[in-house]
Amino acid sequence: MNSIPLTHILFVSTALFFIGMYGLFTRRNMITMLMSVELLLNSVNINFVAFNKYLYPGNLEGIFFTMFIITIAAAEAAVAIAIIINLYRSHQSIDVEDATDMKY
Amino acid sequence: MNNIIDYVWLVPLFPLVGFLLNGLLRNSLSKPLTGIIGSGSILASFVVSVLIFMQVKTGATGIVTLFDFISYDKTNIPFAFQVDQLSSLFLLIITGIGFLIHLYSTAYMHDETDMHFARYFAYLNLFVFSMLLLVLGANYVIMFIGWEGVGLCSYLLIGYWFKNIEYTSAAKKAFVMNRIGDLGFLLAVFWILSKLGTVTYSEVFEKVNLLSANDITIITLLLFVGATGKSAQIPLYTWLPDAMAGPTPVSALIHAATMVTAGIYMIARSNILYTMAPTTQAVVTIIGLATALFAATIALKQNDIKKVLAYSTVSQLGYMFLGLGVGAFTGAVFHVMTHAFFKALLFLGAGSVIHAMHHEQDIRNMGGLKKYLPITHITFLLGCLAIAGIPPFSGFFSKDEILAAAYAKNPILYVLGVAGALMTAFYMFRLYAMTFLGKFRGTHEQEHHLHESPAAMTIPLIVLAALSVVGGLVGIPEVLAHNAHALEEFLAPVFAKSTALAKPHEIPHSTELLMMGGVTALVLGIIAYAWGKFSKYEKSAEESAGFGKVLENKWYVDEIYEAVITKPVNAFGKLLAKVDKYGIDWVVNGVGRSVQYASRQVRLLQSGQVGNYVLLMVVGIIILFAIQIFLKK
Repeated sequence: MNSIPLTHILFVSTALFFIGMYGLFTRRNMITMLMSVELLLNSVNINFVAFNKYLYPGNLEGIFFTMFIITIAAAEAAVAIAIIINLYRSHQSIDVEDATDMKY
Repeated sequence: MNNIIDYVWLVPLFPLVGFLLNGLLRNSLSKPLTGIIGSGSILASFVVSVLIFMQVKTGATGIVTLFDFISYDKTNIPFAFQVDQLSSLFLLIITGIGFLIHLYSTAYMHDETDMHFARYFAYLNLFVFSMLLLVLGANYVIMFIGWEGVGLCSYLLIGYWFKNIEYTSAAKKAFVMNRIGDLGFLLAVFWILSKLGTVTYSEVFEKVNLLSANDITIITLLLFVGATGKSAQIPLYTWLPDAMAGPTPVSALIHAATMVTAGIYMIARSNILYTMAPTTQAVVTIIGLATALFAATIALKQNDIKKVLAYSTVSQLGYMFLGLGVGAFTGAVFHVMTHAFFKALLFLGAGSVIHAMHHEQDIRNMGGLKKYLPITHITFLLGCLAIAGIPPFSGFFSKDEILAAAYAKNPILYVLGVAGALMTAFYMFRLYAMTFLGKFRGTHEQEHHLHESPAAMTIPLIVLAALSVVGGLVGIPEVLAHNAHALEEFLAPVFAKSTALAKPHEIPHSTELLMMGGVTALVLGIIAYAWGKFSKYEKSAEESAGFGKVLENKWYVDEIYEAVITKPVNAFGKLLAKVDKYGIDWVVNGVGRSVQYASRQVRLLQSGQVGNYVLLMVVGIIILFAIQIFLKK
């Protein structure tokens, strides 16, 4: 079981985090941006689980946090998609560059 | 009522109640009722004053403390009234003449509407109340309350016809001039308080030896500054002639019973301080004499009936200060009293003339009023004789007493004083002759309407004329009758300390008699000359030239003040306005502008690009991490 060292898992989560970050910066499509955010959240989830498993095997806090984050991510996705639909209805587009009504 | 002195608070209370009734109910009271409240309250005060005077005459004096006014640390300033010979005499003058003026006003002001009529009487009552407070106060603070009160009332009454801009500016002038003097008075009170820890007369005069000579000089000079403002002396006299803007009875009240005598009263009250400050006495003498002469020269060429009387008051006040300066305190108070009689008479007489002439005040347009206004004419003539100093009219005795004291001090003062007295005789009889003698020079319409004034106006005139004639008999000089100077005897306790310190110089009786006779003869000569010259006065368009023009324009004093004080102050004010506008405002607005500019720039960050926001967020987080890491190290 302990054949995979912690650092490997951290590499994966870090990579996932920056992929998400990159997506968030570069994409203009709000759906894609939402997906990038999910990547960020999941990289954090991996960290939580991994640290819980490797450093405090007797405790469950890390798992709990992961459960929380998954729940909240679901709610967040629902809200975000609702916003996107409304945006599409008013602007006929889900490109963030088009939604600049609140600028200065 | 065993001791009427304990009830002295009734004296100022009546006018105060009259003021409140008339002032608050001015919209609902009818004219007769207003008149009854206004005059009745003063009459009630007069009755109480007479009773008090009777009591004081038996030698009883007292201080009545009503309550603690200001109390802190070890200092206690009670709200107390002092009843003694000096204040009881002033009570009689104020309430007595005040009552006659109120009575006169009921007829004189009859053309006003109900509301303004009541407003007038409310002010008048407040005026008398303030003056009573001034005179009755047992310490300088209470006196100061009254002192300010009369200043306020004079402002209100001079500007009574407030729709006329000229009148309101005359009122403002009076107020400002008085304020300048009041500052001196206030400083003097603080000075006394800081040196002696008390302002109660009796205690101050008791402890006067604790003061250094310099302190006394400064205090008395500051008090005198106050007196120059209130009693219209050089250099603050200019408000008094302008005060003629008010209704004529108000002028009578200001000039005779209240207000201008305040300065004389204050110095007479503080006589011991002045006796101990020879420098100040010299200043008082010089200012008094200078004012007496200066104002008299101006009066020679004035053509407004009230202006002549106004300058004559300034001049007579100068005589009073001359008396105070040379230590003739009794003489000064005596002159206050006789002057109150004849000046009230002359003003009310002038009011009667103005009333008959339909508010014409220029004596060049009068003349020949003798046969239309018989009572006014006779009483006015008696007043003129009294002020000119013809024996046995009242002005003779009081003026003679002051001049004799001046002679004892320095004959030069006497000569100048006599010169002033001669001028007085001249301008008064010029006024009399131009108004009452000769033939009428007004319009036909005016002539048609000429009529003697109603009884409410003539009765005060008759009473005052009687007083002007016999009023001097309370102070017959030693040289004419032995021990007949009742007033001096009466006032002796008040001035006892001063008399003990500075024994008045005695003049040989023969000299005094000679002087009296000489002055009287000269005055008679001047009167005859003025009578002859001005009873044949014809209106002519030619303007007086040279020196006469300077006098006619009052030595251009107002213009000089305008140029030397008002203009520079205004210019300075304008300069400060510029500093405010371009300096202070610039800084304040600059702060606002720079904040606005900065926020306009920062606002650009809000680009609407979600990507930017995210980037900034990440950058922010990185910076926070960096700080965290570097601080850890």
